[in-house]
Amino acid sequence: MRLNLVYFAWVRERIDLPSETVETDAKTVAELITELRARDARYDLAFSDTTAVRVAINQELCEFSSALADGQEVAFFPPMTGG
Amino acid sequence: MAVSVQVDAFDIGAELGEMRKDTRAGALVNFTGIVRGGDDLVALELEHYPAMTKSALEAIEAEARARWDLIDTRIIHRVGRLALGEEIMMVAVSAPHRADAFQAAEFMMDFLKSRAPFWKKEHFKSGTQWVDAKDSDEGALRRW
Repeated sequence: MRLNLVYFAWVRERIDLPSETVETDAKTVAELITELRARDARYDLAFSDTTAVRVAINQELCEFSSALADGQEVAFFPPMTGG
Repeated sequence: MAVSVQVDAFDIGAELGEMRKDTRAGALVNFTGIVRGGDDLVALELEHYPAMTKSALEAIEAEARARWDLIDTRIIHRVGRLALGEEIMMVAVSAPHRADAFQAAEFMMDFLKSRAPFWKKEHFKSGTQWVDAKDSDEGALRRW
């Protein structure tokens, strides 16, 4: 399946990319992260401490155990610091 | 009930003046976040997730209106590069009575800090640094 990945703040800076489309068979967000970390050192660094990473699927906050489906937008970013 | 995400500065007085036009309101509470100087900070940069920001803010507003007796709510949040002393954002709540207005404003601020997709980057004279979320920010949500 195909996913649109988007990155923000230091996750974006570490991966050095604002967004990309990936082909994957990952069933969950956690599996997708494992796949990405194996790709190269930039992803490995960005996801080295997943307690500091939040995820949203189709603009809704979700969990690393959440299931993925074709065509979704999956966003990775640090804990939010607005206000 | 309205939310705005914008680069431009906003006029707090004009926003509150608009909310005061509804004479059912006996209380009007406003919080304004300002870029605080110190430690050689020269500017603050605000990044956000455009596709998600507005819906996240609207959800916070809707939840506040479901919990308290409110007349109107307003959230404005700026993005981009802001200089010291500039306003970052405002939350305003009008209600018949002050307890509802105070509580709803605090609730909205607590959720905005940890659930709306904004990220602050500090620009110092000698470099930049992303602001870390505080454990107390997440803890603040539990009291609601």
